[in-house]
Amino acid sequence: MTDTYRVRRGDGAESRNAVHFTFEGKSYQGLAGDTLASALIANGVHLVGRSFKYHRPRGFVSAGSEEPNALVGVGATQSRYTPNLLATQVEIYEGLVAESQNRWPSLETDAGFLNEYFSAFLPAGFYYKTFMWPRMAWKKLYEPVIRRMAGLGRAPAEPDADRYTQVFAHCDVLIVGAGPAGLAAALEASNSDATVILCDEQAEMGGSLLSDRSASIDGMQAADWARAALDELRKRPNVKLMSRTTAFGWYPHNFVGLNERVTDHLANPAANQPRERLWQVRAKEVVLAAGAIERPLVFTDNDRPGIMLADAARTYVNRYGVVPGKQVVVFTACDSAYRAALDLKAAGAKIQVIVDLRKSASGHWVDKARAEGIKVRSDSIVRGTSGRLRVKSAQISNAQGGDAETVACDLILMSAGFTPSVHLFSQSRGKLSYSEELRAYVPGESVERERSVGACKGLFALDSVIESGAKGGRDAAAKAGFPPRGERSYTVSARSVGADAFIGSVMADHQAEKRAWVDFQNDVTAKDVRLATREGFRSIEHVKRYTTTGMATDQGKLSNMNALGVVSKQIDVAVPKVGLTTFRPPYTPTTFGSFAGQSRGDLFDPVRKTSIHPWAEAQGAQFEDVGVWKRAWYFPQVGEDMHAAVARECKATRESVGIFDASTLGKIEIVGKDAAEFMNRMYTNAWTKLEPGRLRYGVMLREDGFIMDDGVVGRMATDRFHVTTTTGGAARVLSMMEDYLQTEWPDLEVWLTSTTEQWSVIALQGPNARRVLEPLVEGIDLSADAMPHMSVRQGRICGVPTRLFRVSFTGELGFEVNVPAGYGRAVWEAIFAAGKSYGITPYGTETMHVLRAEKGYIIVGQETDGTVTPDDAGLGWAVGKAKRDFVGKRSLSRPALVREDRKQLVGLLTTDPKAVLEEGAQIVLDPTHPIPVPMIGHVTSAYWSATLNRSIALALVRGGRSRMGEELSIPMPDGVIKAKVVDSILFDPKGERLNA
Amino acid sequence: MLLINCPYCGPRPEAEFANGGQAHIARPADPMSLTDDEWAAYLYMRDNTKGLHHERWRHANGCGRFFNASRDTTTDVIKRTYRMGERPEAEHQGAKP
Ligand SMILES: [Zn+2]
Repeated sequence: MTDTYRVRRGDGAESRNAVHFTFEGKSYQGLAGDTLASALIANGVHLVGRSFKYHRPRGFVSAGSEEPNALVGVGATQSRYTPNLLATQVEIYEGLVAESQNRWPSLETDAGFLNEYFSAFLPAGFYYKTFMWPRMAWKKLYEPVIRRMAGLGRAPAEPDADRYTQVFAHCDVLIVGAGPAGLAAALEASNSDATVILCDEQAEMGGSLLSDRSASIDGMQAADWARAALDELRKRPNVKLMSRTTAFGWYPHNFVGLNERVTDHLANPAANQPRERLWQVRAKEVVLAAGAIERPLVFTDNDRPGIMLADAARTYVNRYGVVPGKQVVVFTACDSAYRAALDLKAAGAKIQVIVDLRKSASGHWVDKARAEGIKVRSDSIVRGTSGRLRVKSAQISNAQGGDAETVACDLILMSAGFTPSVHLFSQSRGKLSYSEELRAYVPGESVERERSVGACKGLFALDSVIESGAKGGRDAAAKAGFPPRGERSYTVSARSVGADAFIGSVMADHQAEKRAWVDFQNDVTAKDVRLATREGFRSIEHVKRYTTTGMATDQGKLSNMNALGVVSKQIDVAVPKVGLTTFRPPYTPTTFGSFAGQSRGDLFDPVRKTSIHPWAEAQGAQFEDVGVWKRAWYFPQVGEDMHAAVARECKATRESVGIFDASTLGKIEIVGKDAAEFMNRMYTNAWTKLEPGRLRYGVMLREDGFIMDDGVVGRMATDRFHVTTTTGGAARVLSMMEDYLQTEWPDLEVWLTSTTEQWSVIALQGPNARRVLEPLVEGIDLSADAMPHMSVRQGRICGVPTRLFRVSFTGELGFEVNVPAGYGRAVWEAIFAAGKSYGITPYGTETMHVLRAEKGYIIVGQETDGTVTPDDAGLGWAVGKAKRDFVGKRSLSRPALVREDRKQLVGLLTTDPKAVLEEGAQIVLDPTHPIPVPMIGHVTSAYWSATLNRSIALALVRGGRSRMGEELSIPMPDGVIKAKVVDSILFDPKGERLNA
Repeated sequence: MLLINCPYCGPRPEAEFANGGQAHIARPADPMSLTDDEWAAYLYMRDNTKGLHHERWRHANGCGRFFNASRDTTTDVIKRTYRMGERPEAEHQGAKP
């Protein structure tokens, strides 16, 4: 097809190359620099989508990021398909493939259009009212149908093939928006040593200047001045210009999120380029120069393709060189639409009539239109339109009613004035104030270090816009500590279009408002908004939720003020009293990819692995996640399931020797002359008398008296402790220790160092553990007399320095070999080789859990849940009763913590030895008790014990220690399981094996 | 994201810090001499300030030091940060030595 609506080869248009693309499967030609919207308009295409609820045909309303209708899916392949892009922002490139959305079977014949014939039955709140009942029907019947009919874009079927990056940046002055105010601000602010970032969401910087053919600055046409200003800025080393970059969100302390679209406009992006960059900018000072958005007028059938904002049409003609229509009706409440009409006329369009809502129309622009022979009707409205897939005519009457005149047209321009873009200002918690004159909210008092300039501040005359921008730029640089080296002057020649404005519906006849659209994207009419007020909703926040006005992806950029106007008039309350909906980031829809950045796949979450991990992997170990650690879970041999592997590992460890990677244990080195005193205060145990070379099991409480962590502690010297913590608790414990040391006891001479990653820990457990180790160790006597249970020695193993613990978490004779992490795997393999003749068996966390449960050893976080005291867990013996104070001590004597019916740790043996209980299962006395059944406890650990050849369990039970021998019930879905209360130590209660 | 001025390192993004709750609540010197109610008050009772709030922060992913900050809870503006042991400039109800 040819671009028959291309009216003027604009600036440099002669050199604009032809670009070929497809839309809805049809091939079109545009010119380089076109948006998808301008290129389609050049080809006479206005029908680009179907509306959300009624599937009404829709066309372009705007030329920018406020577009509510022209949502398209772009991408030739699924892995590069993006739904819900705005055709007014998509830049065309050779081979671009785009399609419309929300239509079936095709854009021209859409089955959903039937919705419109039922529109009388689909008023505001319809979904809330209708689909409440019956409840099951929602899930099975209504929701699937509604989802199919009312979806916006479709999600791509394949993972995103593109790459996204994230960047932190700092600057002295960030300027948002590169229109006249932003450019002036940048010229002034950068005339200093301040570092300046100027960003703009559009491909080309210059904002409204690019669409202005009547104004001049410093003797240049507006667009030429903008390009000259940009050339000057580009030469300054302290300025960074960022086009295609949306400032989408304001976060506290001048932290602004920018989304830079790097490759979307390129046919063949370089392989090393990310699709988008998320910039997290911390700016000392911010200048908001975000401009203003033109408002539609609300009249019957104001949503047909070919009805658009007046200034958008001016942009299409002046900037892109395409005319959106050749027979034009203009409907306006302000002067700016006259300016647009004159520009369209100059491009060859016929202006049928300008319909002015104002009682009397006068002034420069009105006179100029009349002088050019354009018919002007004041105190009049467009009260209806016709045309199914493109507007064909307008019905025009006096504002108060009366006979209508039908005027043929293929384009209706509308303008109700401009709404300042106060989004970022409002997100920064700045207070807005309502301007009666502008019928809009404008920035009031600032909270953060920012200032608004130009149209987003409510200034619309070009000279005052530039003056305000220049002043704001100088102010920002000075406040950032870089006073500009001077002021420059600007000679602006432009006729003002005033600031007349209108909000609400223009219709006098309320009946006619059922098709007068307020919110195009969510299909909300003036009648819907009125209905909400009749049903009692008076706050705009409630009206918004009830009608969904302003809740679409455009967040009501075009509709919010008109909805406010309708409510205000209907309930006769001033606009500021009706309220204003909250502005929230992002300003425009932002991709998930941008927020995810590099955090995908392997980079989604950090993974910690021990130095022995690769060995376990090579042995075919299964792994489990513990915190961010990967831990070997069990080591299945050929044909083994987990149950069989764990049974074999348990048996081997109890009968000969097992080897276990305990490197993930948290480790903290506590050093200093007050180290023992610090330990006394942090742990329940007494440490003063613990001799160097001895180990002790330590319990740490929170100040509220509940167990926080536990671990074995070695005294390496009088002033040095080697503390171990649980795998998941290491950071928490160190942080709490630092808290007390820094803030409560700064007088103590103690230093805390995390050594978790410095030590590899190899646990060797079983009756043959000593025999395996002995030949490898130098300088340490491992005999039972020289190195009893709970002692630590320093020496060498395989030539590597070691802190050798004699300790057991299995109940067997055991050692934990600490060696510098870099030697971990070598020492592990040496021990493993030495153990071959004893049938040494690697075991994982599951076997470790079973073996310790047989011994009644608790695991913090499994037997405890933040409400368990040392006494509850059977650890009363670890509490130093004679100590004057330690963290949590005072709480242990609070009444609730000494009650006799507290849950206490016990063992449970099921009556049926084959029945393994479920961890977390509730325990009751009488399962036949009517619901709710009083629960007296819960199962904390439950396993099959190969050693005891039966199931075992640990549980917390009310007054458990006084229930020895009692039979309790555990109700499960398949029936009640009976179990007997026993001591929590189920194997070798005298501890003869570990003392061997 | 807040910009927090660590008294030891200078201004750093909030992501480097961990909040440590209300400041200037000293652990009693002799907890065992307190009544249950007094101890419970120390353990659990905190101000819910609208306005200037003195709170503890730790530069957890930086120097590791605890310090205090006076933050306006309505605006998130941090008026001042200061070291442990120093007094806040503007006293408010509930600030204890
Ligand atoms: Zn610091």
